[in-house]
Amino acid sequence: MTPEKFTVEIIAPTGLVLKSNVNEVVIPSYEGEMGILKNHIAIITFLRPGLIKIYNDSEEIFFVEDGTVEFAENTLLILTSTAKKLNEMDKISLNKHIKDAEKKILDEKINDKEKYSLSYKIETLKNINE
Amino acid sequence: MPSLDDLKKRIKSVKSTQKITKAMKMVAAAKLRKAQENAEKGRPYSQRMQNIILNLTKSINDPRNAPKLLIGSGKDQTHLCVVLTADRGLCGGFNSNICKLAKSKFKKIINAGKNLKIITVGLKGFDQIKREYGKFIIKKFSFKEKKQISYQEAEIIGKEIISLFNQNEFDICTLFYNNFKNVITQIPQAQQIIPAEIKSSDSKEENLYYEFEPEEDEILENLLPKNISTQVFKAFLENAASEQGSRMTAMDNATRNAGDLVDKLTINYNRSRQASITKELIEIISGAESL
Repeated sequence: MTPEKFTVEIIAPTGLVLKSNVNEVVIPSYEGEMGILKNHIAIITFLRPGLIKIYNDSEEIFFVEDGTVEFAENTLLILTSTAKKLNEMDKISLNKHIKDAEKKILDEKINDKEKYSLSYKIETLKNINE
Repeated sequence: MPSLDDLKKRIKSVKSTQKITKAMKMVAAAKLRKAQENAEKGRPYSQRMQNIILNLTKSINDPRNAPKLLIGSGKDQTHLCVVLTADRGLCGGFNSNICKLAKSKFKKIINAGKNLKIITVGLKGFDQIKREYGKFIIKKFSFKEKKQISYQEAEIIGKEIISLFNQNEFDICTLFYNNFKNVITQIPQAQQIIPAEIKSSDSKEENLYYEFEPEEDEILENLLPKNISTQVFKAFLENAASEQGSRMTAMDNATRNAGDLVDKLTINYNRSRQASITKELIEIISGAESL
């Protein structure tokens, strides 16, 4: 049985990135990955760097650094300023991002929260790169 | 009475001015379309974010422990005013309308015996405000070299505001910008962003019970700084569209006025040319008669 569909919207400050009816979405929520299906309980959470995976008949993957997520009445709303489609990212900028993040994480001034986010950023980016 | 030559020169100069204003109008019209599109595209983001914050605030049990960005520092002694204007002139009353609104607010703040701090964004606002309120300006930003303002610029300003707030530099923060209503109407606005002014937009009470992960306060702490940048960005977008709209209207008027002026000058020119011809004829005729 195929799961029932619900709406997902990704909105950036510069406009709508994506709006479609999908089967399942996996988001990198701050406290762990979270899979969302139709009729999920209403929830508000925010994101750490990672991949948003949207499963429809095909699969679409976005990389995000942060964002806010609200699920209510079968609409998943993702507000983020950093969503990038995975297949539109090139290796050169990826490597640069990894280096920047690795440099930042060694900085002693940053707090634990930032360190946590950055470690995920590095991990995800490295995974993409492979 | 100016000579024929003078009139000719003036007509020529007005005509070339007209060409410039016409070109500026066309450029503004083209830019306006894009800016307007951006402003409209950007609206859902800020609206949705406001909505989420509203939902969050509703479910906070203990308002006293809510993040300071939301409820403010509990005082209203020091006001921070962020005035967003354009970097370029020649756009009608655009810049002065914002400054006028801002100045009236400054006056109120000072008369009430409160402290005032100003951040200006955009060169024109700085020029207009520094004359009277120069000593209150603590920082000025300008993104003149940027072709299009992106979210990053808004974040720079947002972060500046937040770090000032965390250093207890001010209690209340207000944004001044022009709200783009349509091409001819732009409404200067003062929007309070700290403490967040959250109005429940629709009266229908949705009693959705949300689950929060992590806790409400933690989400709010993460979300509120973003909201500030978002509001600044929204103001930027609205301002950009308003600037182009305002410039387009101003340049349209200027082109029309130049046309009127050319018509008037041409009539003058023809009249004095005719006068000089008549004069010469009279001279010839009276010369012939006296023979």
